[in-house]
Amino acid sequence: MSLQEESETPEIESGETELEALLDDLIVDRDDHMNAPAFVIRPDTVQETLGRLKEEAGYDHLSLVTAEEYPDRFESIYHLKKFDDPTDEVSIVVPTDSENPVSESAEPVFRTADWHEREAYDLVGIEYDDHPDLRRILLPETWQGHPMGLDYDQDRPQMVPLRENANPLQEDQRAESDSDTMFVNIGPHHPATHGVLHLETTLDGEQVVDVEPDIGYLHRNEEQMAQNGTYRHQIMPYPDRWDYISAGLLNEWAYARAAEDLADIEVPEYAQIIRTMGAELCRIAAHMLAVGTFALDIYGDFTAIFMYAIRDREEVQNILEDLTGQRLMFNYFRLGGVVWDLPEPREEFFESIREFVDGLPDRLEEYHDLITGNEILQMRTVGTGILPEEVAKNYGATGPVARGSGIDYDIRRDDPYGYYDELDWEVPVEDGCDNFSRLLVRLREVEESAKIIEQCVDLLEDWPEDERNIQANVPRTLRPEDDKEIYRTVEGAKGELGVYIRSDGTEKPGRFKIRSPCFSNLQTLPEMSNGEYIPDMIAALGSLDIVLGEVDR
Amino acid sequence: MSSERELFRTDDSLVQTETRDARMTGQGDRFNSKLREAFGSSPFILTKFDKFMNWVRGSSMFMLQFGIACCSIEMMHTYAVKHDLDRFHAGVPRASPRQADVMIVPGTIVSKFAPRMKRVYDQMPEPKFVVGMGSCTISGGPFQEGYNVVKGAEEVIPVDIHVPGCPPRPEALVYGVAKLQERIANGESSPVTVKPYELEQFGDLERDEIVDELASEIDEEDLVMRYNWADSP
Repeated sequence: MSLQEESETPEIESGETELEALLDDLIVDRDDHMNAPAFVIRPDTVQETLGRLKEEAGYDHLSLVTAEEYPDRFESIYHLKKFDDPTDEVSIVVPTDSENPVSESAEPVFRTADWHEREAYDLVGIEYDDHPDLRRILLPETWQGHPMGLDYDQDRPQMVPLRENANPLQEDQRAESDSDTMFVNIGPHHPATHGVLHLETTLDGEQVVDVEPDIGYLHRNEEQMAQNGTYRHQIMPYPDRWDYISAGLLNEWAYARAAEDLADIEVPEYAQIIRTMGAELCRIAAHMLAVGTFALDIYGDFTAIFMYAIRDREEVQNILEDLTGQRLMFNYFRLGGVVWDLPEPREEFFESIREFVDGLPDRLEEYHDLITGNEILQMRTVGTGILPEEVAKNYGATGPVARGSGIDYDIRRDDPYGYYDELDWEVPVEDGCDNFSRLLVRLREVEESAKIIEQCVDLLEDWPEDERNIQANVPRTLRPEDDKEIYRTVEGAKGELGVYIRSDGTEKPGRFKIRSPCFSNLQTLPEMSNGEYIPDMIAALGSLDIVLGEVDR
Repeated sequence: MSSERELFRTDDSLVQTETRDARMTGQGDRFNSKLREAFGSSPFILTKFDKFMNWVRGSSMFMLQFGIACCSIEMMHTYAVKHDLDRFHAGVPRASPRQADVMIVPGTIVSKFAPRMKRVYDQMPEPKFVVGMGSCTISGGPFQEGYNVVKGAEEVIPVDIHVPGCPPRPEALVYGVAKLQERIANGESSPVTVKPYELEQFGDLERDEIVDELASEIDEEDLVMRYNWADSP
């Protein structure tokens, strides 16, 4: 991994001078991050800067907006990437003064900034000029104070109202006026919302006029929890709970990758292979549930497909339980490796994985028979929930959602980590841009994951016994240098999962920010469903495969 | 596969005919089950109505289909193949709270969701029971120190059975449900150990600094839930 970074360094530097030339009149200062050059700009030139970077330098992916408060200022950081090459990154740092924290909104340039900036306003308290709808997003609207700010008093009482939602278009639905719209709350307790999502839906007959996702019903302060924990051991249990659909190891990798690069820890090759294998098992389990609940949303079928999906998940969970000791919350990765070696007897363990992987083609055949080959499902999903490529990019959609819209973007291949670049596999891409494509991408990814697992098992079986090094030497207490900043992403089950860490010289992170793929993906829901029928909106929501634990964090 | 099916084939033509004949003539031993024989000559049994009803309640529980967080994944596994909660007379998930007897609370409750959960609980008909699943419903679990996390489900609604774990295994949830059934069949009512938070009208609250601050934003008649974080356990 480090070799790769070194080989890319000259390229980045030549790019940097070009960027400096491009932004010459806007740059106030440099504040480089470990992963990318970072330029400091004035708060009233955000749109100008990002616009130039997007149009002229090709940075078309706003991955994350990080906001934080310092004793003397507020800061918003825009992490930009390219969909063609995610290793080509640049960060734009926008400091604002602490008395009057107003910064220009990036929403006109990148639609995805809408929610990211609302979150920054909600939790940190930075206000964004020119933002279309700046209000709280995760916390209730009557919340007092900004909890990630420096002077927040956590013990202060709070009041949360139970609002009856007003019809935004019409005061009384039974009035004899000509308007036919109706306002419907879907959720937060509703079987089709995959958890506690609230959709404020305006209907005209059976058609969706407007849908607005209302999130925050599972905002569990993951960032605060991580900032309260020490790098070495106390943070690792939490990533399991971001995307809790068995995708634990994928999430743990996001934290491990950022923290290992921050503290300059080299992971032994053997541990990387175990990680790769475990992560792909997790991906299969997560995609199985996505497929099962998608069928549940389309057919309301609780008997066959859902049960088949759960059956296969049980098998994966058994393997993962043998490996990690837990069914769901694995806590298996450690900085510098994994916590323990493969279970003994190894032959039996490999046998169980091989049995699962070998049986998978037959099962997938079964799924294709039941789902993708089914005319009813095709009628429901082909050509519905259209998300064009450009729109998906504008919203920062990643993962199967992006790949279903023809965007060939996978962090595992484009910004390799672990052992992926040594293995033989492909990135499935579909260009149908509809619900069906997203479903197909998931099913094909299961195949690819099985390929990866098979190759990992081959490697692990032949690994010499005295070279099974599962953990690098890591100091008991990690104290990365003061004021180092890093943003690293991995390919989670739902897309690009990233972690931004700023170290402050102590054994705990100064700022810990999570880039959740579901958060960006969910933003595309109105684009996909406005004007469609209500069942198609539910199908589109199912095809996004969101996890509220990750949306709200 | 096909040879196995052979084994389970029953000669249902015969059964149907006998049943039909018995119906037509009003004869037959359709009502003479083994249970009936065990009772002896009298077709009646004597029991207390309450005892009977408790037995009925415990043996046929409709669960509210209700997912919050990580635990709901394990809850789905409990309902589905392999663990199959249905075998324990408790596997019918109802999407509407008005048709449900038991609410399994599977996950972390945060400030924004607590009033909604209280509302859903209030919509369930009596008698109703609550199984708290996972550490978060006991104390807030790993998120207890969060600024936004309610420190246990009992802050909001009364809980009958706590199933610890993060998340509990499906077997643990099955055990918790079985224990609840046992309690119901024995006629034990759920003790309310903590006075649950109420949804109150904003106008009824005592005036203090916070209320004054919010007076412009919230109507007098709005239902609100007030969190005194410092007093939470």
